[in-house]
Amino acid sequence: MARLTPENVQRARDTISLYPVARSALIPLLHMAQEQDGWLSEEAMVHVAELLELTPAEVYGTASFYDMLFTEPVGRYLVSICTNIACLLEGAYELLEHAASTLGVRPGSTTPDELFTLEEVECIADCGRAPCLAVNWRFFGDVTPDGFDRLVARLRAGELSDEVPPHGTLSRVRRTVGLPARAEGGRERR
Amino acid sequence: MTTEVAPIVTRRLAAQEPWTLQSYLSDGGYGALRKALTMPRQEVMAEVDRANLLGRGGAGFPAGRKWSMLRKAEPVYLVVNGDESEPATFKDHLLIERDPHQIVEGTLITAYAIGAAQAFIYVRGEFALGLERMIQAVEDAYGHGVIGANIFGSGFSVDLVVHPGAGAYICGDETALLESLEGKRGFPRIKPPYYPAAIGLYGAPTVVNNVETMSNIPWIVLNGGDAFAALGTETATGTRMFAVAGRVNRPGAYEVELGKNTFRDLVYDPKLGGGVRDGRELKAFVPGGASSFWFGPERLDFSLDESKVKGEGGSMMGSGSVIVLDDTTCAVRAAWRLVRFFHKESCGQCTPCREGSGWLEKIMRRIESGHGRPQDLELLMDVCDNISPGVSWPSRWPPNMTTICPLGPSIPPPVVSSLGMFRDEYLVHVKEGGCPFG
Repeated sequence: MARLTPENVQRARDTISLYPVARSALIPLLHMAQEQDGWLSEEAMVHVAELLELTPAEVYGTASFYDMLFTEPVGRYLVSICTNIACLLEGAYELLEHAASTLGVRPGSTTPDELFTLEEVECIADCGRAPCLAVNWRFFGDVTPDGFDRLVARLRAGELSDEVPPHGTLSRVRRTVGLPARAEGGRERR
Repeated sequence: MTTEVAPIVTRRLAAQEPWTLQSYLSDGGYGALRKALTMPRQEVMAEVDRANLLGRGGAGFPAGRKWSMLRKAEPVYLVVNGDESEPATFKDHLLIERDPHQIVEGTLITAYAIGAAQAFIYVRGEFALGLERMIQAVEDAYGHGVIGANIFGSGFSVDLVVHPGAGAYICGDETALLESLEGKRGFPRIKPPYYPAAIGLYGAPTVVNNVETMSNIPWIVLNGGDAFAALGTETATGTRMFAVAGRVNRPGAYEVELGKNTFRDLVYDPKLGGGVRDGRELKAFVPGGASSFWFGPERLDFSLDESKVKGEGGSMMGSGSVIVLDDTTCAVRAAWRLVRFFHKESCGQCTPCREGSGWLEKIMRRIESGHGRPQDLELLMDVCDNISPGVSWPSRWPPNMTTICPLGPSIPPPVVSSLGMFRDEYLVHVKEGGCPFG
């Protein structure tokens, strides 16, 4: 829950170098901070502001607009259940109710063990497999109530840690091409 | 009967690991880029113009014309819109995850044609796997020498950056997307200027094209614009992906020839939607995403031609999503859920959209839950009229606007359509104090 680590500062500088205007790297940097801590702490947002030469208010103003960016802690697993039209027609609200009872929390809240945050979301573009949900934005389709319980059990048992990284991790593939050349030790060769 | 034509953008989707560079190269990948780089830029643009490729994102603006509208200034930017978020639309998601190199190649060719040295692919943030596949594709394409300096020795250089969104439907609007790419809140920009081609990213002339639009470009360069225009009809050329969702046997994304096929083909063809589930009756369908006016079964034989769907049908094919409602579906509940979506996603800049969507959502919710009043039906139409003046049933295209962006006029269609087609159902909700569908 803190400022970016030296490794992430380096990643942040690399990311900034990809854009003609530094501020364009703001959302990628916020994702990076969220990957580090699982959510966006004030210290992290202030650090991002420093890196981009923005005010903390500008950073918070952008962060607070977007659904995927959390300025409060969330569980290790963010369970996002779609209830929009295609899923609605396939029993999404019944699934959401079932999920709330299995996890013992209302949508929008986190289990006391900080493992799961349940949320109701808009269409996640997997309607061929309605009703569908995502856990840390890894998609699961044709989810039945029983299937949901099995999924939760497997997550609790740590059986899906390869498929589902901790909350905040979007792409595990990182850009390495077209970055500024560096000397050994990761220092910039200016 | 659905016409049988060889698919264009989906032709590789069923291949083994089609997202890898190796798979793409074994299917002749980046051959179109090699060819394009031997052609004068104007000739590449002319081929796309001849194809009459209409943008596949939702607005349906001709891609070639969009390119030729660029203000003459340096630099110019290319931004690819992969922020697919329209409810029940899931075609770009598939293209991003399964054939990212096709999008990269289309993007590189387009960048060459418009003279952009910097291109961005904006991918919806929720598409984590899509982002991984797209970033890997850029890594591999760079290694293969098709991104970077002096591509194939042509003297053309371009960089391509994959940019993640962070969850906001509004960023599918091209000016909101540009704001988001500039690191700001996704507020659509005030018009004029009407087109990013004049003032776009960082104030520079910018082309914003959809992912499926880009996916068509390599085929058009290899086969020629005339070959593309030979598919479909004069006003609806080529093929297009349609996401068929809701109460059908085979929900999925299907590529079909435009103009010559109909909504009936999409819903009932055994190779496509496969008919209504459980042998039920089709009650209504949403022909072009949540923002479109609904069609009844009598419109199933409309051909897949945007000019006809708009002109004669008063609706649109929009995002290429067809949602089937069967006779067990409550029209009020379905419409309420779509209105709730728009309320949640309104960016809040314009009063009619911000407040109107909330009022409509509340009124719809109270009708559905059995607390509606007879005068609520008039009230719904009145609020819709304040968002989109003159809105009526049967619908007309295009709707009038009171807002900066099209999200405003997207709110009334589910309300006005369901009220127009199923007024009795609303009345039963009000009279009996509850939803007859349980």
